[in-house]
Amino acid sequence: MSREKLSGAELNRRDFLRSGAAVATATLAPGVTLMAFGGSEAEAAADAGKRWGLLIDVGKCAPDCDACVSACADENGWKGQGNPETDAQWIRKVTLKNKATGHEASMPVMCQHCEQPPCVDVCPTGASFKREDGIVLVDKHICIGCRYCMMACPFKARSFVHEPVVNQKTHAPRGQGTVESCTLCVHRVDAGGVPACVEACAATGNGAIIFGDLRDPESEISKRLAEYPSVALRPDLDLNPGVRYAEL
Amino acid sequence: MERTIYRELKPTPQLWFVAFGLVVVVVAALASVIHVEHRGHIATGMTNQIVWGLPHVFAIFLIVAASGALNVASMASVFDKTQYKPLSRLSGLLAMALLVGGLAVLVLDLGRPDRLIVAMTTYNFSSIFAWNIFLYTGFLAIVAIYLFAQMSRGVTSEVVKRVGLVAFLWRLALTTGTGSIFGWLVARPGYDAAIMAPLFIAMSFSFGLAVFILVLVALFRLSERPLSDQLLYSFGRLLAIFAAVVLYFSAVRHLTNLYAAEHAGFEAFILAEGGFQTVLFWGGQVLLGGVVPIAMIFHPTFGKTRQAVLLASVLIILGGFAHIYQIVIGGQAYPMPLFPGYEVSSGFGDGAVAQYSPRWPELVLGLGGVAIALIATGLGAKVLRILPTNLSDANMERQGGNG
Repeated sequence: MSREKLSGAELNRRDFLRSGAAVATATLAPGVTLMAFGGSEAEAAADAGKRWGLLIDVGKCAPDCDACVSACADENGWKGQGNPETDAQWIRKVTLKNKATGHEASMPVMCQHCEQPPCVDVCPTGASFKREDGIVLVDKHICIGCRYCMMACPFKARSFVHEPVVNQKTHAPRGQGTVESCTLCVHRVDAGGVPACVEACAATGNGAIIFGDLRDPESEISKRLAEYPSVALRPDLDLNPGVRYAEL
Repeated sequence: MERTIYRELKPTPQLWFVAFGLVVVVVAALASVIHVEHRGHIATGMTNQIVWGLPHVFAIFLIVAASGALNVASMASVFDKTQYKPLSRLSGLLAMALLVGGLAVLVLDLGRPDRLIVAMTTYNFSSIFAWNIFLYTGFLAIVAIYLFAQMSRGVTSEVVKRVGLVAFLWRLALTTGTGSIFGWLVARPGYDAAIMAPLFIAMSFSFGLAVFILVLVALFRLSERPLSDQLLYSFGRLLAIFAAVVLYFSAVRHLTNLYAAEHAGFEAFILAEGGFQTVLFWGGQVLLGGVVPIAMIFHPTFGKTRQAVLLASVLIILGGFAHIYQIVIGGQAYPMPLFPGYEVSSGFGDGAVAQYSPRWPELVLGLGGVAIALIATGLGAKVLRILPTNLSDANMERQGGNG
């Protein structure tokens, strides 16, 4: 039986036991989990053999399209109040203009899920953490809202929740006074799905975002990366992000 | 030779009046904290671009000044400058009080100040912030022991000297940690520089001594005790030298940046095109906080007056605020290069200088931290034998303390 055919419950249970977190975790109600003594469900579900990533084909990204942004906001419940300075922005559309040639391109920027994430290095409590499969998350239980991770992130990918939150999704808990960012739709990925932005981009017909396992040489994303040139944002920092851009 | 006699502050109407004023500021600060906690940080001027604002400027100023306020004690017990010995106790007390005031602002500005216990129990040791928690609490503990050693009858001066040495080394580590909060941020062009640590140490010497001078004069005036002019002049000369060292490190920082083409944009922003930030740099930090007070202190006639020393202290504190504001806010306002070689724009301020207008809750919280530091100092001097009764010129000479 291949990995993919395993049911989510079996996969979770095995990984869960391996993480040692089971003894300290009790599910109180669907979507509400009490965690104690370290370890978390999110961490336990991660497979160290994988590294999830995105490849964004800038050539296919339409400048006037923001389907990925809307889909992310709907999926994770972070719709703003119309104030871009303080609203959460897990993903945003950015326009790049080549200074030498004047060539313009539009592309989405979100948490780059770095292999060496500066946000994780600077977080005093360890609330910023990287799962074994490369997804960088914020543990909302121990984030104290110091915003040092936001000072450290080179991509402005993190948002501080400035106002009381309403209409939260059970799979994407948010909290006033804590920091948040793109989770790579970890709840979907752990259930075998793809992030909402990838799905939405495909639905528009643009198909500019590919999601997959960077460690699996047979995955579509790995093949495309091997075949065509691509770049990382801020390559000078050598953070080895999990998000790559092609056709820039 | 008359011994130095230390006595508690006597409760005078003026003292109570000052204390009452400070308590009002603290109550206002707590009210502003509740307001921000209730409404969220939307009630402040801070945004997702300028994530650290005025509270951090106040907190960092107080924390930096705290370690510098210990200078006087260090000079007396570590470097054997015995003329400063009668003020060692005040130096230790003020250092602790300023640190507590600064930390209060930092903690009360957290998104979740109720989770302070998490910060005290859950650590990520690759974070300089986590190390700072130990550096700060350790500083309070060591300076408390230092103060106790100074005030105990049975403790020899040799022991005081050793504890003083530990405290001195610790305060160097502490300010290194504070500077490294910025120095170790690789992403932003305004930070990411090893010189931040020594620059912050120089700033601490200067700001800490300036605050010490003003608090010293205020406490002696409130308690109507005589204070030596010669002592103040010698503090003034030291202050001018420290201020010059700050200018030196700032010059090295900016010249090094100017040499690297990749930092030219940030330097142009601070030095020439940054509007308010440029005014803060040249007008606030360099001129009012550096050149003018140094010139005043070394002026052949005016330099030999109390007014010169006091005015220089005030200017160095104001210039210090301008300096820290320009580091904290200026460093965030200048856009990060998302993709080198490209012009970036978006609906989220990419590629554009971020704007920041502080709002009153931030200012009140910051002033609350200053008030907490001053109340703690006054309270310490009220209940403990911190202040010498007589530091007149005649008495200082009688003690022959020129070390």
